[in-house]
Amino acid sequence: MSGTNRIALILGLGFLYAPILVLVVYSFNASALVTVWGGFSTRWYGVLLADRPLIEAAWVSLRVALLASLIATTLGTLAALALERHGRFAGRGLFTGLVYAPMVMPEVITGLSLLLLFVGIGLDRGIATIVVAHATFGTGFVAVVVAARLKGLDRALEEAAADLGAGPIRVFWSITLPLLAPALAAGFLLAFTLSLDDLVIASFVSGPGATTLPMRLYSQVRLGVNPEINAASTLLIGMVSLVVLTASWLSGRQGGQRAAG
Amino acid sequence: MTARSARFLRAVVRLPPLLWLGAFFLVPFAITLKISLSEPATAMPPYLPVLDWAGGIEGWSSFLEALHFTNFETLAGDALYRDAALASLELALIATAILIVIGTPIAYAMARASARWQPILVALVVVPFWTSFLIRVYAWIAILKPEGLLNAGLLRLGLIGAPLEIINTQVAVLIGLTYAYQPFMVLPLYAVMSRLDPALREAAADLGASPARVFWSVTLPLSAPGLVAGALLCFIPMVGEFIIPDLLGGSETLMLGRVLWSEFFSNRDWPLASAVAVLLLLIVLGPVILFREAETRRGEAAR
Repeated sequence: MSGTNRIALILGLGFLYAPILVLVVYSFNASALVTVWGGFSTRWYGVLLADRPLIEAAWVSLRVALLASLIATTLGTLAALALERHGRFAGRGLFTGLVYAPMVMPEVITGLSLLLLFVGIGLDRGIATIVVAHATFGTGFVAVVVAARLKGLDRALEEAAADLGAGPIRVFWSITLPLLAPALAAGFLLAFTLSLDDLVIASFVSGPGATTLPMRLYSQVRLGVNPEINAASTLLIGMVSLVVLTASWLSGRQGGQRAAG
Repeated sequence: MTARSARFLRAVVRLPPLLWLGAFFLVPFAITLKISLSEPATAMPPYLPVLDWAGGIEGWSSFLEALHFTNFETLAGDALYRDAALASLELALIATAILIVIGTPIAYAMARASARWQPILVALVVVPFWTSFLIRVYAWIAILKPEGLLNAGLLRLGLIGAPLEIINTQVAVLIGLTYAYQPFMVLPLYAVMSRLDPALREAAADLGASPARVFWSVTLPLSAPGLVAGALLCFIPMVGEFIIPDLLGGSETLMLGRVLWSEFFSNRDWPLASAVAVLLLLIVLGPVILFREAETRRGEAAR
């Protein structure tokens, strides 16, 4: 690797990681002042574990993320099959737009318009409405991941199964789906993390009693820098890194099957 | 299997995502558009008119008559909203330009790294992207504020005499935007650059082109699809960004996402918030269509 390339990587990754490193280091700060180092301490982790509302919010977030990403994985996989395998069909343009647009749509628009729908049809706002909202924007991300894998798939395997007399549903269950498994897992994890991470949409569509972790963190962050939030952030970063490393280890074990994109 | 049952099966595959996204993505926009033409009311729901489904044709016509464009006149007439719209566009454009400039060398360096290093580098770029957006933006408060780490470092080095005012300015918002959206620029660019045929680069070099010339005349033009996808993937959500201007921009940085939020949550003016949403939607509509085209083309090119 040339010198310039190495410098670009070091600077780029340094920019990405420096703020995260600051959070992690200062989460072990004994002082309550964020910018003054008062020695090593784990007291903020103790404070964090005793923070009932925060832990409750974390449970709400996990439940929402699990349900939303299950729905998003199902819908996203079907959407990817349609986009990759159906060729031209009536309304393809609309279909493509509906799958891709929620990924980039500013969250304030998605959040407000979904809330107006829920109010309009008289649906009680709470965990269910957050699940619906998160499943809606997660679908596109799953579709992109699964479509990339479908593209790299060897059609000969499915054709062979069909030649041997398997019906299309049988081919899908015994050939296509197992081959898609890594992409389904990756898409599920992506939808899960995006749901866990969302503040804006959840703030619009949630109701009393349904406070997610980002909503809880935001209400504290607004009051200024707070060492307890640093501790919470460090735990979250640790968990996410573990998941990503496990995922890349798993896909590494898949060897040459890895799909591009 | 007959052709008819094959068609039926395909429709069954398409129907669930179509119905779900239609109901929870398309229909809500229609409702937002309708409410942007309503007026606020102290009721639940807090707007008028409410369509009376049982009223038949008469109900419909009185409903339609009660709709008006007052909210959009407010948006056009009040400098606050005009400035917010311009600031959103300006900040998103500048941030996209900065992201192109810093994202291209990073993506290029990743694509040129050895096969053993590439997955590790991708994972390193992805990990922060999977980490809470809110937390990553929050981290910058401790760095940028007057008594923060950046100022403390610069003061200790003697580079500045007094702390710089960065937090609660547009500069802080730009730093936040470029930071938070960097993976969205780097990853699509890398995806394209890593698949370029090295023979093309080698051919140009054999014909006497300098490394810089090879990059500008061969690598960069061939990476255009990734560049376009990355730029749109950053620009569109940045125009409507809420968290970054809210936490880093202070009271002076008004962006549309934040105006919408405060009209909704603080002023409880749902119709005006809806009008802001419609305005924001009009601004991003062109780029969203471009993004869809770019994704479709990228998909076909990779086939």
